[in-house]
Amino acid sequence: MSGAGLRELVFRRRALLLGGAQAALGVGLAVRMAWLALVEGERLRDAAESNRVSTRLVPPRRGLLLDHRGRPLAENRPAYGVEVVPSLAGDLEATLERIGRLVPLSLEARAEILAEARTLPPSGSLRVADDIGWAAYAALNVELADLAGVVPVKTYVRHYPGGEAFAHALGYVGPPSREQYLERRDRLFLVPGFRVGKDGVERALDERLRGAPGARRVEVNARGRILRELETQADQPGETVRLSLDRDLQDHLARRVGDASASVVVIDCATGDLRCLLSLPAYDPDVFSRRIPAELWRALQADDHRPLLPKATQGLYVPGSTFKLVTALAALASGAATPDDVVTCRSRYPVGGNVWHCHRRRGHGPVALRRAIAASCNVYFYAMARRAGPDAVAAMARTLGLGQRFDLPIPSLKAGIVPDPAWLQDRFGRPWNVGDTLNTAIGQGALFVSPLALAVMAARIASGRMVVPRLLADGPAPSFPPLPVPADMLAVVRAGMSDVVNGPGGTARRAALRVPGVRMAGKTGTAQVRRITAAERRRGVRRNESLPWHLRDHALFVGFAPDDAPRHAVAVVVEHGASGARAAAPLAQAAFTFIHDRPRAEAELARLEAERERRRRAAEAAARRAAAEAARQAAEAAGAGGRAGPGPRP
Amino acid sequence: MIGPFHLSARWPQRLLAQDWRIVALVLAIGLFGCVVLYSAAGGRLQPWALPHALRLLAFTPLMVMMALVPSRTWAALAAPGYALVLMALLAVEAVGAFGGGAQRWLDLGPVRLQPSELMKLVLVLFLARLFHFLPLGYLDRAVGLWRPVAATLVPVALVLLQPDLGTALTLLAGGAGVMFLAGVPPVVFLVPTALGLVSLPLVYRLLHDYQQRRIDIFLDPSLDPLGAGYHITQARIAIGSGGAFGKGFLEGSQSHLLFLPEPHTDFVFATMAEEWGLAGGLLLMAAYALLLAWGWGVARRAADSFARLAAGGLVVTIFLYVAINLMMVMGLAPVVGLPLPLMSYGGSAMLTVMLAVGILLGIDRESRWPRGGLGS
Repeated sequence: MSGAGLRELVFRRRALLLGGAQAALGVGLAVRMAWLALVEGERLRDAAESNRVSTRLVPPRRGLLLDHRGRPLAENRPAYGVEVVPSLAGDLEATLERIGRLVPLSLEARAEILAEARTLPPSGSLRVADDIGWAAYAALNVELADLAGVVPVKTYVRHYPGGEAFAHALGYVGPPSREQYLERRDRLFLVPGFRVGKDGVERALDERLRGAPGARRVEVNARGRILRELETQADQPGETVRLSLDRDLQDHLARRVGDASASVVVIDCATGDLRCLLSLPAYDPDVFSRRIPAELWRALQADDHRPLLPKATQGLYVPGSTFKLVTALAALASGAATPDDVVTCRSRYPVGGNVWHCHRRRGHGPVALRRAIAASCNVYFYAMARRAGPDAVAAMARTLGLGQRFDLPIPSLKAGIVPDPAWLQDRFGRPWNVGDTLNTAIGQGALFVSPLALAVMAARIASGRMVVPRLLADGPAPSFPPLPVPADMLAVVRAGMSDVVNGPGGTARRAALRVPGVRMAGKTGTAQVRRITAAERRRGVRRNESLPWHLRDHALFVGFAPDDAPRHAVAVVVEHGASGARAAAPLAQAAFTFIHDRPRAEAELARLEAERERRRRAAEAAARRAAAEAARQAAEAAGAGGRAGPGPRP
Repeated sequence: MIGPFHLSARWPQRLLAQDWRIVALVLAIGLFGCVVLYSAAGGRLQPWALPHALRLLAFTPLMVMMALVPSRTWAALAAPGYALVLMALLAVEAVGAFGGGAQRWLDLGPVRLQPSELMKLVLVLFLARLFHFLPLGYLDRAVGLWRPVAATLVPVALVLLQPDLGTALTLLAGGAGVMFLAGVPPVVFLVPTALGLVSLPLVYRLLHDYQQRRIDIFLDPSLDPLGAGYHITQARIAIGSGGAFGKGFLEGSQSHLLFLPEPHTDFVFATMAEEWGLAGGLLLMAAYALLLAWGWGVARRAADSFARLAAGGLVVTIFLYVAINLMMVMGLAPVVGLPLPLMSYGGSAMLTVMLAVGILLGIDRESRWPRGGLGS
């Protein structure tokens, strides 16, 4: 065979081989495609569909909180926010940088978002900013085309029209914690913008307020951008809850408190409805519900006025003289004394080698119950406590609501402490002695009560019934069983309390109501926060005004009005307010004035605020003058030094 | 005697003697590409469909002109052409080395020349010429084989440096195809293949990080469902979700909603399959098969050894394009970045394939109308 023929033969054979191999591969590809399209087709169609359609949970609108007249205390304000899907965004930092040009994003917030992104499940999204305003929202929508993974959203943010005054009662909302999600494994907890109650009523009633989420099926592209809405299932808003609080009253009292550290509790004597549960200073719940700035948090923690502590329910104070009402009722109820029993006060009360004192150096002379309360005579109550015995006093305290935990929709209520011999033995391992009896008699010692408990005590004394406080205004008005104290004896105690404010020699006469036909009754208290040594007592006890703020006595007041037919009871604690009569009683006076004669209360408040403003301005002016004076002196000193150097140029 | 660079005065007859059915087939595939690109752009002519059509229109006369060139002219041009393209490849290397970063083309003002694409054609022609003049007895001897082997490996090495694994592999396979068709004993292929398989782990370690990753992810796409494995997964979803007859023109959600990466270039087949289904895919594959089968026929009928080998080598080159792209898109090969000729947006592959078809058309005409040739 010729060379050419052989070459052609070889070529033909090999071309056949190669062409055959190619044909086989082609058939293989066709089979593969048929496999993908026909056998796996359904699964892959589903995959394409789930690519295209994304189901997004719509966080439910949180239930409203209303005051007892239906005015909103917590509502949902429509707002615009930004979410980021980190898995789509790619370079999250660069994305945040670009968002940051339109929406102010602090470095701190960015760091937080980056940290959150690390623990996020794949395809999860993060809320970068809430409430960015319409302008920023519109600007963001324009830039969206080349911002992968950024989703502008329309949402609601929680808004508290009452502001700081209601912060401790209502609490605030925030994103659920990781632990909360792990506990329930509810997908809703992963939805950005979903909020749970973090404190106060918001936390206690969280499940009722939460509602059920809606769902949106939307067509999205690979960048997570929503192209069109397919179907929407509306969310189910949470339950609207009506609270017993009175927004105007609490507002008014908050303004009245100003920048003091105080709590005021007002309670309806008939129903137990809490009309005011004020604790100041507090924080802005609107700010807390967005994102708590770390710096603000540190500042609040460091503040000696303790703005993070809900003082009305969790603050525990030595009740001081307000507890004398308990001592008196214990003696009366146990039959150890009658209202007419007289004790002679010579200012000194020696027992077993020690001497206890009355606050009046000359003594009160012979006093019976009514005058003893009005003048707050220590010696009288020393005697009564010894007659009744420590167990009876402790039992009466508990009967009146002290040391009790109430069933209120507020987390971590503090019961407080009412000491008795068994408790002392158990806690400190020592027997009860007569000193303990005497200390307890005038509300000192190991007694610790919350302002809420004091208000309940006042309401129970005022109404003669076992009033139970409530914060929810739903349900019928309850009826309470009577106190185990004879009504006529209670009447004498109430008369004594009325004398405190209205009678001669009463300790809180300056706080008498100026509302015609309505009189307030009450009892002042002053609780020491420091030890007074025997040496100081000999020299003369230092006056509160000369002490630094944090060593001054707490000022307390419990009361009710009208004194003849009580409708509301009140408890006021002003931390380091020095005097119950001067610091605490005026707040109770303001509360009752507001309830019975609102225009007068508002006029008085306006005067007070004008006065505060005038003083603030005067202080500022003084500070400016002092600064100018200091600057002048410094300049003079510098000028004197300057003369030693080269003289001023002509 | 008519010189190799002299076009015969009888060119109108030559023009009419083309197999116009093949020109029509090529144009049909290209126009189907336009339709798919029109849909990929969301039902718009810009930015892909119209330029694609214009390119097709511009390259068609070029293809027909190639067909007018007699095969001996190609034989005469093979060696200098190979040398020229090799120098261009070196130039690309140099520009890349000095300019920093990998580069694959030479910027010649208005034209961007990608020498590695041209090399695919020139290598086939040059090898065909080498073997044409190689006596049969030298096919299994080093003294005869070193030149074709070196002629293949040098450009492969240069392209590998760029680095462009896909093109390097097609060059290597194209060269090997011509050698195989020329009658080089199988053992010459088997030994390096075996050696290559054994040294695969070593080669793997020499690869760039991103190339290693592509291979890892090809073996297990779930390694990186949102990154590189995303391409593979989304392409598979696009093809499979098309079902038997597709979702319909302009209805492909995978491509329109951007889930499919590069829906207009390397993954254009997936874009097509989503909307036209298995039916469209089989039709397109049949069209390519027809072209290749015709190519094999041309090679078989070719008048001399050079034309035979050149035709066979060009068919192998076209096949490699199509096969590697389809395997990649269907998840049977790693993502190497090769377009589907005539369908994918982009000029290089289209030009290469249309030039190849042009040369094939010329060889076909010559075999039916024998005149000249190199003499055998």
